[in-house]
Amino acid sequence: MNWITNNLELIGDRTLQHLAIALPPILLSFVLAIPLGWLANRFASTRGLVLTIAGLLYAIPSLPLFIALAAILGTAQRDPINVGVALTLYGLALMVRSAADGFSSVDSDVAQSATAMGFSTAGRFWKVDLPLAGPVLLAGLRVVAVSTISLTTVGAVLGIQSLGSLFTDGFARNIQAEIWAGIIITMGLALILDFVIVQLGRVVMPWTRVATTRAKKRDRTAVRAVLS
Amino acid sequence: MNLFADAIAWIFDSAHWGGPNGIDSRIIEHIAISLLVVGIATVIAVPIGYLIGHTGKGRGIVVALAGAVRALPTLGLLILLALNLGIGLQAPIIALVVLAVPSILAGAYAGFDAVDRRIIDAARAVGMTEMQIVFKVEIPLGLPLLMGGMRSAVLQVIATATLADYVGGGGLGSFIFLGLQTGDYSQMLAGSIVVVVLAIIFEIIFSTLQRLVVPAGVTATQSPRVRTRPVRSRTA
Repeated sequence: MNWITNNLELIGDRTLQHLAIALPPILLSFVLAIPLGWLANRFASTRGLVLTIAGLLYAIPSLPLFIALAAILGTAQRDPINVGVALTLYGLALMVRSAADGFSSVDSDVAQSATAMGFSTAGRFWKVDLPLAGPVLLAGLRVVAVSTISLTTVGAVLGIQSLGSLFTDGFARNIQAEIWAGIIITMGLALILDFVIVQLGRVVMPWTRVATTRAKKRDRTAVRAVLS
Repeated sequence: MNLFADAIAWIFDSAHWGGPNGIDSRIIEHIAISLLVVGIATVIAVPIGYLIGHTGKGRGIVVALAGAVRALPTLGLLILLALNLGIGLQAPIIALVVLAVPSILAGAYAGFDAVDRRIIDAARAVGMTEMQIVFKVEIPLGLPLLMGGMRSAVLQVIATATLADYVGGGGLGSFIFLGLQTGDYSQMLAGSIVVVVLAIIFEIIFSTLQRLVVPAGVTATQSPRVRTRPVRSRTA
């Protein structure tokens, strides 16, 4: 425990570096996934293609991807950009599926009513499809946020500074407290971010606040979200 | 793209094949570690998942575990175990089992949970015993989802096994870490390419398996809209 109190500044620095790497990919993958998910859902032919590419992309292990991206982008091996791009790709791979599911969860009767009432395609997208897909998008975003925060640590083995550096440094110097600190802070960050996203969702989608679920039903939905 | 050409040349250099550090033995090592881990995790997770799915008690555990393991940084767990258990295979195997269990558990549970309640009532009504319901109704109908969970576990384990060599566990990560220490980027990239190809091959094998285990009765009577989405979670 001494180690932690003596190194608060280092821990703070690593936490900030960690967030600087992890947050942009979370945001970016969410924004990029919405049009792709809509496209995947809109045309039968694109759905299979987009989802297959997303699935294969997600199967690529992270450490090799960081290394390969340095060669593809022409960046330095320890450039945090490599990790950022890789995390955006993973986030996108997860989020596109959620977005496609979200848009397909919109009741087709509702969508047709909207068209019949005179909504243009764009108007329907912003006022009907997007809000109704919201809860599924939110569930996807939560998964992306938590796994991105956790994945960011892997870059540390290549020397890219983040909370993962506490693991590699703790290993090299045999300081268990440092590793524990890294694990706990990483998980804590993930939890906090998850909480913030849930609260944001309640603000943006006030209609979901209505208590519709018994505990059993809520758990089931949670499992479904986990399965995404 | 020159870098890739160098890496491909590295892979096809016959000097890098054969012997205990050859690409071939590292591939076998990587696959062996991964399959061993998924095997152990399956033996642990499937009975528990089935129990939870059949009784409907303890759903919360599945959700909590799946969420926790997603947030858990694998690298930290691996290193923490290595410091306590020593360098070698032990730490990676335990860390990987911890990672694989929740996906398989969620798959086994979700497979049972997704079975239409009316089918189970019908099975009971025609006089099936509880064991017959489990073995003849729930397990076959739940197989695609279980396979989805296993696919996700395999994906996760193959990816994380790449980190095993950081604590002396061998596998394909050894090329990456050796290359890193000696400043040999071709070797790092070559190791990376081999892991990526391996991961994609396994992904394709398991997605095919997942489609094959849908019971014939299900495909015959309805459009095969059985849930085949994998239980996704990645921490490495």
